[in-house]
Amino acid sequence: MTEKEMLVDYLLRLGDNSLILGQRLAEWCGHAPILEEDLAITNIGLDLLGQSRLLLTYAGEVEGKGRDEDKLAFHRDTMAWRNFLLLEQPNGDFAKTMARQMYFDAFQYLQYEALSKSSDPQLAGIATKSIKEITYHRRHSSNWVIRLGDGTLESHDKMQTALNELWGFVHEMFDMDDVDNAMLAKGIGVDVAALRPAWDQYIEEVLAEATLSRPYVTWSVRGSREGKHSEHLGYILAEMQFLQRAYPDAKW
Amino acid sequence: MDAINTDAPRDDDALEKAFQTKVDAETRIEPKDWMPEKYRHTLIRQMSQHAHSEVVGMLPEGNWLTRAPSLKRKAVLMAKIQDEGGHGLYLYSATETLGISRDEMFDQLHTGKAKYSSIFNYPTLSWADIGAIGWLVDGAAITNQIALCRCSYGPYARAMIKICKEESFHQRQGYEIMLTMAQGTPEQKAMAQDALDRWWWPSLMMFGPNDSNSPQSAQSMKWKIKRQSNDELRQKFVDATVPQAEYLGLRIPDDNLKWNEERGHYDFGEIDWVEFKNVVSGNGLCNRERLKDRVDAHEGGKWVRDAALAYAEKQKQRSAAAAA
Repeated sequence: MTEKEMLVDYLLRLGDNSLILGQRLAEWCGHAPILEEDLAITNIGLDLLGQSRLLLTYAGEVEGKGRDEDKLAFHRDTMAWRNFLLLEQPNGDFAKTMARQMYFDAFQYLQYEALSKSSDPQLAGIATKSIKEITYHRRHSSNWVIRLGDGTLESHDKMQTALNELWGFVHEMFDMDDVDNAMLAKGIGVDVAALRPAWDQYIEEVLAEATLSRPYVTWSVRGSREGKHSEHLGYILAEMQFLQRAYPDAKW
Repeated sequence: MDAINTDAPRDDDALEKAFQTKVDAETRIEPKDWMPEKYRHTLIRQMSQHAHSEVVGMLPEGNWLTRAPSLKRKAVLMAKIQDEGGHGLYLYSATETLGISRDEMFDQLHTGKAKYSSIFNYPTLSWADIGAIGWLVDGAAITNQIALCRCSYGPYARAMIKICKEESFHQRQGYEIMLTMAQGTPEQKAMAQDALDRWWWPSLMMFGPNDSNSPQSAQSMKWKIKRQSNDELRQKFVDATVPQAEYLGLRIPDDNLKWNEERGHYDFGEIDWVEFKNVVSGNGLCNRERLKDRVDAHEGGKWVRDAALAYAEKQKQRSAAAAA
């Protein structure tokens, strides 16, 4: 991979994370447990969608092959997607959606905080703009984890189950590969492995307040950055890409 | 402000007369003012139905949110649906000023006692339907709502002013989708025409029965809840929309539609009221699904709301204990 290709890949990782999670949140539309929460979830989804548009557009520009945000969003197949496995997991119940969200929000907060100091000014600008949104996202999801954990017996059980079910997906967020190392060396990217202690500490504080336990789960899965996804991503893409694939000559 | 507190006790007839004088003088009625029970009930029915329509209306549009054809369209649609939810919230709050809780209103919706706009019982089958909903359904809604900005009940009138601003943005974005598709590939143009064919008549039905067949309207007009009759508003919508369809190069599915020079309005064909009643009474394609989606969201979310309440209660006790 050339340096330019690595930067494109790096930007796709960031943009794909936001887009796939935003797409998942869009599925909640009209179905949230409270109307206020319908609005909040849509709001967060909109933020994520906005981030992804900036990042995919930038990735396309760096690549220089004429691919814009839509070409990248609607004309890549599963193997070319770089989003975390965690984010393509189904919404499940509200507890599962909030567990997924908090795991990612806590990670993305640390990642973007570091990215706001990136030597790439465009990326630093996107991160700086996004960190305000992410601060709100993290507070929102953490508050729900606390409410559900320290709410009723039923909600406590559901929340703990959700946290346990998704724990095996969190570890790959902190993996460093060749692209990450190259971007780190250039001052563009972030040492995500180094973010783990701060992430663990944040999660533990929230779980303590929520009277929940840190999941004890022995399995873990990885591979999203090489395009090795779960079966869920294919269905997300089939739905999301339908119109662009069915009518390739159309402008919308 | 409060007739009951400031005036000596009077009988209902006198109160009602004073109320009508106020309405006639264009003084807004506020939540704490005396009002006839029937006025209150009419408003609760109309406003809650309006709120329910906003919330149920999120479903047919949400049906295309995950399939929107570009990221920009997805973002715009998401923001629009969020607005609708916000309108619902705002209208539920305005209705609560009349002495009914949101839970009671939900209960009425879920048991079928309260209605929502029957247009949302039609399915969204193609992306052009999202354009048609914005253009026609929101367009019809605005026509109604502009009139409601001058409604005699203060909280409702104020809600309408706020909502109208956002709705006109929705209408424009819907029209813009239609314009893009009408100028697009032959397949897109066919989708746009098909959407117009399916949404035109239901949009006209949104204005309710003909004036000659709308017994409640006279009272609502007298109370200035309604400012213009169903047929007047429908005519206004037709007059505004026909040139827009012409600009799109699409055909409105009505053989009797033609400009009437003498009236200065478009003449149009008779609405199929059998179809209207049929869909209202449960025989639309999506009646059951729409209601089930709402009931499932509410009942399925009970444990979340219970948890939030239990947590808030614990927090209250903790701060009380800490203060002691």
